[in-house]
Amino acid sequence: MKLLIKIISFLGLGLNIIPAILVFGTYMSADTCKLLMLIGTVLWFGTAPSWMNKKDADPAGE
Amino acid sequence: MENRKSLVARLNAVNEYEQQAIPNNKLKGWRSFLGTYAGEHTAGTEFVIGPLFVAHGASAIDLVTGLILGNILAVLSWAFLTAKIAVKTRVTLYFLLEKIAGKKFTLIYNLVNAGLFCFLAGSMIAVAATAVGIPFDMTMPQLTDIYPNNVGWVTTVFAVGAVTTVIAMFGFDQVSKFAMVAAPWMIMVFIAAALAVLPRLGVTEVGSFWSVAESTIWTGTPLEGQSKFGFWHILFFAWFCNMAMHIGMADLSLLRYAKKWQVGFSSATGVFLGHFIAWIASGILYSLFLIESEGSLTFAPGPIAYSAVGVAGAICVVIAGWTTANPTLYRAGLAIQSINPKWKTWKVTLFVGLFTTIAACFPALVMMLLEFVALYGLILMPVGAVIFIDVYLLEKIGLQSNYAEARGTSLNWSVALTWLITLAFCLLLNLVMGIEIFFLGLPGWFVAVLVYVVTAKIIQKK
Repeated sequence: MKLLIKIISFLGLGLNIIPAILVFGTYMSADTCKLLMLIGTVLWFGTAPSWMNKKDADPAGE
Repeated sequence: MENRKSLVARLNAVNEYEQQAIPNNKLKGWRSFLGTYAGEHTAGTEFVIGPLFVAHGASAIDLVTGLILGNILAVLSWAFLTAKIAVKTRVTLYFLLEKIAGKKFTLIYNLVNAGLFCFLAGSMIAVAATAVGIPFDMTMPQLTDIYPNNVGWVTTVFAVGAVTTVIAMFGFDQVSKFAMVAAPWMIMVFIAAALAVLPRLGVTEVGSFWSVAESTIWTGTPLEGQSKFGFWHILFFAWFCNMAMHIGMADLSLLRYAKKWQVGFSSATGVFLGHFIAWIASGILYSLFLIESEGSLTFAPGPIAYSAVGVAGAICVVIAGWTTANPTLYRAGLAIQSINPKWKTWKVTLFVGLFTTIAACFPALVMMLLEFVALYGLILMPVGAVIFIDVYLLEKIGLQSNYAEARGTSLNWSVALTWLITLAFCLLLNLVMGIEIFFLGLPGWFVAVLVYVVTAKIIQKK
């Protein structure tokens, strides 16, 4: 479950950068990019807090 | 009623070890600081500073080289000055200063400090408000605006200020968690926004970026009424824009949680993501805005980011503002609370948040951000020099460190004189020799060191 949530988080993060790269390469329209980035934002903030802020995720922080 | 009690109990339980050394089990490692620095320095200010470099006519080569060198100097300052002292002492700047300079000096310093922190946090709340106001068709501020001039602006600023204050009231842990989650996403949005608008600037392949950067984005020609920025302006601004935090030692409050001094290098995430990539990205966005608006005076990061990448861009401006305003409000709260440790952290933060929100209503806070940031670092710098000398040098030359504590005095005059003489010297350099505010920090630091050593010798021999 934790792995699935992490995958969704990184998918969200990817949706925030990959569409912009495609716009730069003229493979995607700006409007599609904006929509995908919003979806990516929702995915990131909907999932990342559940695993990023776990105390045991910091192995002594070193 | 029970809920209310529970909330107050939770707020009262927020203990940030303001008046004691951090216990070992509360120390934090690299990861916490990497996230905190990345979040804190990829912030609302970046949406303003990058564009102001464009407005000041920085050339592309000056910008890139100045930022790289200036940022390296900033990281070295954090690691070798701030982090080393933070790990050695494990107390806040305010607690350490009280031992060195005495309670009376610390009281004055804290008030000045808290005021400056409030203004910085206020500018971030204002930046966030430019994005929050988009759906309400709010009239955006202009480059020349000084005073609040419409109800919509004031209402939006107050709404953003209220939310920011509530988050800050719950202490550093909540701020750190929020910054950690938001940081990687913000970096992506900054980069994405710049990439997505490059074709509109005529960049259609990687190879053509530099020529467009030189000819269209950072042309080397300032906007009308703006001074010209060169390589040295950029270098010193990048180095000293956080002077209060590193050389001025304000980040003792954060880095005292570090397990070892090398953690100070984690500030590199902040400066190279926030003060390099984000400044470049926001400069690109503003340059496009200037071209497409035919030189409009509107200066509103929210709509600019929204135009580039839609709702995600607007949300990024809001969150970027929050992640700077939150720790800054927290620091201001610490500064005020050290006046009377019995005051509850959350109550102090609530008061600071209200003051900050009122300040945020003035657009001048955003439009004069470069000058304000430089002034803010300069004012706090002499105290950092005093702490550095007190911790490392005074005992080696036969003088008493932590003089105020050792002598039981409430005002160490050598610190007060150091502060006053250094700032007077910097003012003279500015007024008589015409040296710009961005360059005053370096000579000022050496003057502060010299004055502190000399006055400490004179006063301690009496």
